[in-house]
Amino acid sequence: MSTDNSTRRIETSYLARVEGEGAMHVRLRGEEVEAVELRIFEPPRLFEALLRGRDLGEAPDITARICGICPVAYQTSACQAMEDALGIEVEGPLRTLRRLIYCGEWVESHCLHLYMLHAPDFLGYESGFAMARDHREVVERGLRAKKAGNRLIETVGGRAVHPINVRVGGFYKAPTRRALEELRPELERCREEALQTVRWTAALEFPELERDYELVCLRSERGDEYPIDRGGIVSSRGIDVAPAEFDATFEEEQVPHSTALHARVRGRGAYLTGPLARFNLNRERLSPLAVEAAAEAGIGAGCRNPFRSIVVRAVEILYAFDEALRLIDAYEEPDAPAVEAEPRAAVGHGVSEAPRGLLYHRYEIDADGRIVTARIVPPTSQNQRSIEEDLREFVAANTALPDEDLRHRCEQTIRNYDPCISCSTHFLKLEVERL
Amino acid sequence: MSDAGARRPKLAVWKFASCDGCQLSLLDLEDELLALPERIDVAYFLEASRATVEGPYDISLVEGSVTTPADAERIREVRRVSRRLVTIGACATAGGIQGLRNFAEVEEFVSAVYATPSYISTLATSTPISDHVAVDFELHGCPVDRHQLLEVLLAFLAERRPAIPNYSVCVECKRRGNVCVMVAHGTPCLGPVTHAGCGAICPAHDRGCYGCFGPMETPNTASLSGWMRGLGAETPDLIDAYRSFNANAPAFRAAGEQAGEAR
Repeated sequence: MSTDNSTRRIETSYLARVEGEGAMHVRLRGEEVEAVELRIFEPPRLFEALLRGRDLGEAPDITARICGICPVAYQTSACQAMEDALGIEVEGPLRTLRRLIYCGEWVESHCLHLYMLHAPDFLGYESGFAMARDHREVVERGLRAKKAGNRLIETVGGRAVHPINVRVGGFYKAPTRRALEELRPELERCREEALQTVRWTAALEFPELERDYELVCLRSERGDEYPIDRGGIVSSRGIDVAPAEFDATFEEEQVPHSTALHARVRGRGAYLTGPLARFNLNRERLSPLAVEAAAEAGIGAGCRNPFRSIVVRAVEILYAFDEALRLIDAYEEPDAPAVEAEPRAAVGHGVSEAPRGLLYHRYEIDADGRIVTARIVPPTSQNQRSIEEDLREFVAANTALPDEDLRHRCEQTIRNYDPCISCSTHFLKLEVERL
Repeated sequence: MSDAGARRPKLAVWKFASCDGCQLSLLDLEDELLALPERIDVAYFLEASRATVEGPYDISLVEGSVTTPADAERIREVRRVSRRLVTIGACATAGGIQGLRNFAEVEEFVSAVYATPSYISTLATSTPISDHVAVDFELHGCPVDRHQLLEVLLAFLAERRPAIPNYSVCVECKRRGNVCVMVAHGTPCLGPVTHAGCGAICPAHDRGCYGCFGPMETPNTASLSGWMRGLGAETPDLIDAYRSFNANAPAFRAAGEQAGEAR
């Protein structure tokens, strides 16, 4: 960091409290923001290349390893893409289980972000550990909820990080009703506490920033379902397409400063995916309890301030507990744990709502069931352009802030997205340079 | 984060090419997590804290494999500032799933993913940390088991050897009372040659072990390969079975090569 009369440069070499590695570079000439670059230097792991030649049944296990925070999202999108290629549908209790394990992941991932990574920004702490010294009960409540999410993933998936029970067509072994029933008391307790969390986040202080994003998320064909595990792709500016139309609707390009590809709407520009998009476009589909909590938290009519995404995540945690309890009620043990299918040469598309946004997979498979080509578009690479635009707008409005404050606020602006940089299938440091 | 009284050992957590899942296992110790800073100074853990304390560190946990020239340099620096260095997970101990590039041409891999491969700086191989620096202990698993991770931390704090068994998944499976998926259902299973630690979760879910904890000590892969062929596994299936998350662990690498030669 250096300051003299004509130039000002702020730098953070490693961005903390995000999953994966990245950096940010901002260049200012006087009051003018010249450049904003979110640099992702997560070493490329080349998943789309290494998947080629593997059996289609391996895709859920291999792609789970793209991200240890949201493996269920990768497994779900991969399974659904393969099922699309094979021409099978997973419905009934198997679909219930798929949505149930996904609820567990939303809870686990959102709680980690909300309590350990994001909330410390609002209260001026360096970490969740430091915050816990003064707010022990709050952090303990968060960890209790996170643990309940992990137990749910373990009960359905066999393991919290990289579940082993998820497969194309369903599961290797369906859990018993009784195993799910045993989760109920803790889930009910956590649902109650999730209400407190919504209220707690709503009382935080938020920097001013309202952005006119193009919001992109899934929408279920069922009118009473908040998007988690499936749906068509919609946007706030009229996109309404099937998952197979992803490539016709969005495009990715490579930029020199990042190992992650940048996505945009074809013919337009940046878009936003994740909790804000889901909430604004589907909030009437939340459960009554979650709708009420959102209204009480002051976001009942929508929310376009990225800093308030912490409140939206709290509402989604509440919804995920509520929905998990509903799904457990509805669950009947299936006759078979999976739908079987013979391999055939085909192309399949799969989408789902990872905690941090839309996750698209596309596979081409051959007649023996081997993967010919793979394409994976994670949410963070879709959001990169929006993150850069948020930063540009925030920095332009706050050039008077001292360097250290500006740097911290910029980091927070990035953390609003809960960026998962490990999702660098093709894929933070913070610098503000004042010229 | 310094407290009065006895000096707490300084912990650092480092990330190389990986999914974050192993360091997440530390944050998944929900019941123990808040007690951790009472015994350990969490001095460098970027996934959890923006506050960093200068080295040297008493114990470093290293996640991920070495895949870039810069990381090959960085791991030497990490070793230099670490009194004890423990690698966690399949990436750090065996190169991880990204180690499949070691069996291919990396330029071709990069151009399959990126339109402008020249922007990408990467090595031809993904290698374990122990190929680059001395390692005090390796904890296996993709991901590591969080209770084993806690045991390793506690052991190093107490200056004793971690109690991590070296036997196979088969032993855990028998203890758990699972029906053998290979004998009863004819499902190919890497359990007989795979390092214990997961709790035999795959056979408990009617599925064969897929080897995510890597090879056990002195595994008899030749025998297992024969059994798997007997169950109908073709050569490509057999090669892929050994070539996944621990493809570059020497015993699995050799087993994959032998399976290919027996064609």
